[in-house]
Amino acid sequence: MPLEALQTLPQGPEQDYLWTLNFGPQHPATHTTLRLILTLDGETVIKAVPDIGFLHSGFEKLGEDLDFNQYVTIVDRMNYISPIMNEIAWHHVVEKLMGIELTKRCKYIRTILSELARISDHLLCTGAQALDLGAFTAFLYGFNQREVIYDIYETISGQRFHPSYTRVGGLLYDVTDEFVRKVRTFVKEFPKTHADMCRLLNRNRIFLERTQGIGVLSKEMAIDLSCTGPIARASGVVRDLRKDEPYLAFPELQGAFKVVCSTDGDSYSRYQVRMEEMLESLKIIDAAIENLPAGPVNVDVNSKAVFPDQTSVYRSIESMIQHFELVMPNRQWTPPVDEVYGAIESPAGELGFYIVSDGTGVAYRARTRPPSFIHFAVFPYLIEGHQLSDVVSVLGSLNIIAAELDR
Amino acid sequence: MAFDVIVNALKTKFADLATSEFRDNRRIVVKPAQLFDVLTSLKTEHGFDMLFEMTAADYLKYPNATDRFGVVYGLLSTASGERVYVKTWLNEPELTLPSAFPLWKGADWLEREVYDMYGIIFDGHPDLRRILMPEAFTSFPLRKDYPLRGRGERHNFPVITRAES
Amino acid sequence: MALAIPDVMLARLDPLANWVRANSLWPMPFATACCGIELMATGASKHDIARFGAEVMRFSPRQCDLMIVAGRVVMKMLPVLQRIWLQMPEPKWCISMGACASSGGVFDTYAVVQGVDRFIPVDMYVPGCPPRPEQLIQSIIDLQAKIKQTGTLQGTEFGKRTEHMGPLPLHLN
Repeated sequence: MPLEALQTLPQGPEQDYLWTLNFGPQHPATHTTLRLILTLDGETVIKAVPDIGFLHSGFEKLGEDLDFNQYVTIVDRMNYISPIMNEIAWHHVVEKLMGIELTKRCKYIRTILSELARISDHLLCTGAQALDLGAFTAFLYGFNQREVIYDIYETISGQRFHPSYTRVGGLLYDVTDEFVRKVRTFVKEFPKTHADMCRLLNRNRIFLERTQGIGVLSKEMAIDLSCTGPIARASGVVRDLRKDEPYLAFPELQGAFKVVCSTDGDSYSRYQVRMEEMLESLKIIDAAIENLPAGPVNVDVNSKAVFPDQTSVYRSIESMIQHFELVMPNRQWTPPVDEVYGAIESPAGELGFYIVSDGTGVAYRARTRPPSFIHFAVFPYLIEGHQLSDVVSVLGSLNIIAAELDR
Repeated sequence: MAFDVIVNALKTKFADLATSEFRDNRRIVVKPAQLFDVLTSLKTEHGFDMLFEMTAADYLKYPNATDRFGVVYGLLSTASGERVYVKTWLNEPELTLPSAFPLWKGADWLEREVYDMYGIIFDGHPDLRRILMPEAFTSFPLRKDYPLRGRGERHNFPVITRAES
Repeated sequence: MALAIPDVMLARLDPLANWVRANSLWPMPFATACCGIELMATGASKHDIARFGAEVMRFSPRQCDLMIVAGRVVMKMLPVLQRIWLQMPEPKWCISMGACASSGGVFDTYAVVQGVDRFIPVDMYVPGCPPRPEQLIQSIIDLQAKIKQTGTLQGTEFGKRTEHMGPLPLHLN
């Protein structure tokens, strides 16, 4: 039991004044489901022991049961505030395993979608962080723009929340002009919402006092504790996979954006890094949507990696056979018998997959490197010595998503 | 620092290291007894200051596999951006590895997860408990001999009806 | 106001109480996963659950009369769910939001409970993965109709329901 861990604290008569507070698993500030056992001296947190697993649903076991295209519906539900990012990460690694080079149009569309997902993730994260500290309006502003992004997802795939849009070697469908129009409108209108949120929070006295200097993570600790993404960048680790190991269309869009960093490492700088990253993402979307190449979205049908289109399945025997072979569980793809790790920069940090392949269309082992899991391990180091009320401030700034935390 | 330089430097210190490569993943395969020293050397001498990934896999039904469990450590040098993977093999009676917690604090939860899912024990870990599954759970769910739908644990709870609540 | 409202109105207490209950539901958002975000979207400005009198989300079970189970419930969470359900005062209702809460959904694995109705009584199931906010609002409207029809002042009909209403749990089959 987690309570046993508390027995490692020094015991004795002088420790009698310490008291234990159970925080969660059902608590508004935990957003989802996680539990903390706090040891308090008055209102100061002496020790925090996280207890997780309240949403462990066996994603990785399911990944060993479903094929590369089917599992995309499951990874969708992993980081559910930016679902399409998980799909892109999963198929990025599957394509790395199989050695598939995507078409240019597919790369651009995936880049646009991943940056839209980053914006929607950061909107919810900053909005919820503000909400926990009592600022409800910023949350509502953020959610309005999220609805616009949901609408874009719905345009392309028919599902507003979990699009399940990527496929091995391409996408479910090509995008339409409607999508381009909606993205352009979003690019035009989003800065206003962003400015509104900044005006509400950036110089808000209450927000500043509750975030500045709270939960400071030094650069050395960030590296030692495997932090990535906005949390590491807020502590001064200049590392962004979009720049350092460019994937998708990022090699061509290097000039369009900058890596946002801070040096303070407190809750406020994590908030600021996220706010600025949204603007950088918007620049990427703008550059990508204006340079969206024409051409097919799927790789060549002769590579035997993608489904032929519907008309040719109905009209030619070769396409029908290929469609049949990709659907039958004992045929499917034949990836190399080896293992590979690949990662992309998700809104929370480095989202990687480690696939062990036994040469069939189903992964033998589909391990996720979940950024939320690694970042939540940092929490006890951040909160020690702070007040009880700072727990929600720090939790909000870490952006913990329980489904990704527990998988 | 190139991968070959690192491997050559390690080979002067440790006997029978094997390497393998796939796409951009470059792996060093070591014996469990050497693991901690190799990791220490990689951290202190070659600048791999971040343990970005640590996981295991059960090779029970893998074609032509000779060992049961493989444990993989992914190391990253934040200065050069280089990644290297250290892999080791384990077999059933001695499922014990030295903990990497003294080298990287980030190994704490990653090792607990591997213990929870595969039952591999990490010597010297400060707090090796189950992390995702309930404490009373007895199996190791990601092992290949554990069924996907479990053994009925998921429905072993009392039922509350309207009259009782 | 041209409408003449009498000074004294007479009504039976049961329908009045039901009318009040139906239009001021206080939900307890048991939000675990993706559906929780759609629950937040339902509460946010575009869909605005307040139009149906159910916007007062209370995280303390003692203050709530409607539990919305949004998201999958796993082995470790189920005792928490049952405890929170028992802590809610009578009369109370439960909406199982989404495929995972209703049936386990795509997660047919060792850890996920295949439908919360195996272990707690459920009044309304909302299909979808996750359901759109409109669907959740529709389920609240349907639940209001149900409350208006079946509720009595003392909540006696709850006492009569000695049988489990959902499908049988596996170990009783």
